[in-house]
Amino acid sequence: MASIDVQGVRKNYGDVEVLHGVDLTIRDGEFIVLVGPSGCGKSTLLRMIAGLEEVTGGDIHIAGKHVNHLAPKDRDIAMVFQSYALYPHMSVADNMSYSLRLRKTPKEKIASAVGAAAAKLGLDPLLERRPKALSGGQRQRVAMGRAIVRQPKAFLFDEPLSNLDARLREQMRAEIKKMHGDLGATSIYVTHDQIEAMTLADRIVAMHAGVVQQIGSPLDLYDRPANLFVAGFIGSPGMNFLEGTYHSGDGKADIRLSDGTAIPIRPREGLRDGYAATLGIRPEHVELKEDGSWQADVELVEPTGLGIILHLSIHGQSFKIFTADRAVLSPPPSLQVNFPEEHLHVFDEDGNRAD
Amino acid sequence: MRAKKLSLTIAHRLAILAYIVFALFPLFWLLKVAVTPNDLLYSEGVRMWPSRATLEHFEFVIAHSAFPTFFRNSVIVSGSTAIAVTIIASLAGYALSRFSFRAKYWLIALMLITQMFPLVMLVAPIFKMLTPLGLTNSLAGLVIVYTAFNAPFATFLMQSFFDGIPKDLEEAAMIDGATQFKAFRQIILPLTLPGIAATLGFVFTAAWSELLFALMLISGNDAATFPVGLLSFVSKFSVDFGQMMAAGVLALIPACLFFLLIQRYLVQGLTAGAVKG
Repeated sequence: MASIDVQGVRKNYGDVEVLHGVDLTIRDGEFIVLVGPSGCGKSTLLRMIAGLEEVTGGDIHIAGKHVNHLAPKDRDIAMVFQSYALYPHMSVADNMSYSLRLRKTPKEKIASAVGAAAAKLGLDPLLERRPKALSGGQRQRVAMGRAIVRQPKAFLFDEPLSNLDARLREQMRAEIKKMHGDLGATSIYVTHDQIEAMTLADRIVAMHAGVVQQIGSPLDLYDRPANLFVAGFIGSPGMNFLEGTYHSGDGKADIRLSDGTAIPIRPREGLRDGYAATLGIRPEHVELKEDGSWQADVELVEPTGLGIILHLSIHGQSFKIFTADRAVLSPPPSLQVNFPEEHLHVFDEDGNRAD
Repeated sequence: MRAKKLSLTIAHRLAILAYIVFALFPLFWLLKVAVTPNDLLYSEGVRMWPSRATLEHFEFVIAHSAFPTFFRNSVIVSGSTAIAVTIIASLAGYALSRFSFRAKYWLIALMLITQMFPLVMLVAPIFKMLTPLGLTNSLAGLVIVYTAFNAPFATFLMQSFFDGIPKDLEEAAMIDGATQFKAFRQIILPLTLPGIAATLGFVFTAAWSELLFALMLISGNDAATFPVGLLSFVSKFSVDFGQMMAAGVLALIPACLFFLLIQRYLVQGLTAGAVKG
């Protein structure tokens, strides 16, 4: 097990820079999730840590050792691929023991390591099968087994669950978390699924367009998103945004929408009078109240079983509410809502959080 | 409804049968002439099978002609060419499939250009080049020429097989602790066996039946390959069809054996189950 240190890491493909200086310190035994939309550079960063992509600039240390120019085989890490990447001409047991055989581990040791991993993952009856005779979930398990047999310094996961169906994904997610609890191994997990990020991570690294947007615990990112990107990416359904201009004076402040409506907020530092600002509130934090201050027209009702998502329009801007109140299943054409101040997020004209 | 389905099936089978008969008829004729005694060859007219069959042509070809020498030469030349080309094409095809390097585009263009010229144009310069090197009239010379001509196409063939193997597999092997070459040898190569078999078969048959260069570069019987040797059954005044066809039938045997040997790899979908699919 080891710490991983990423300093000012950049990546260019030709003239195009896809990672613009990433700094990240991962503690021994920590579970880090890199999350972001496709093309944000999260997989590239993971592959650079694995040694599968060259580092254009900056430094990567694994367990204090500078690894920029080390081949993947000398970094002592294990990786689980999205496609599983099982060796099709080898049995499950051979797939799992390949890394140990390459390291000339004694036969008895290999047998016991494979046996232990197979028992942990429930692969015992499948050891002699070829990958093509396995279901998607079983292949996924073999890929995990291949990673854990040799107790590497760190585990890297590249969207390991995205080829599984929703039910299986949920189950494997829990198993990965349990496995991390048992092994306590340093892990880096790449995903575009914010639920996976929220449920698995000790700390989430939110990335967008090759830049780290925010690093923090899942609840940090949920409660205090650093900018509009993180605010919109974390949480489902996504946060509502109302764009307007910030006005303050006499210890009071408000955000004025384009049609002149003013939404009062408490004054925030870092916001300039008369400049553009964005107000954010999560759908689950909007209050439905008969004496609410804002009128909203109902456009669509989406029941999810757990609750109901209402698509509304407030002063011409589209808006969502998530509520467990089944009374709104057949709502009137318009409703009254409130925006509780403690749940309001305000962002300045550059999209950064203002407190 | 059922009758319609049945008649469709019958029509389908008949069409296949007609195709097979059409494709294999020359081979059948080869065999038929090979077993026809000389005195019946012209006297019986066109018949599907002679009234009396004989193996005398085969006996003569094996015991009294230079055919065994031709046969041996052809096996050496075709076998060596097939092996040499497959090794070169595997390595080059892998490089073209996996690495990006400067001038890759031009290298591929150049390889394509070599395939554009009719071979006849190149006979004279190649003869000129090989003579001072002592490579005319030698099997080694033929192997070199055949290898050079077959390598580009075989490289493209192998490249397409490597392209079909997911890159994740060798990356997984490299993370598991293999060098790139070890990953190539232990993971990628075994999965490319169908491609290697196809390339071997393709090059072997191409070299086996090549006539132009063999004719131009080889004089005399000692280093002649089988297609050149066939011409020795054509004398000034007559063509000994029976012996020629018997030699032709014998020459088919190694090609058939070779394909029997590799067909298992040709039909096998080895990559199934590698990645999600």
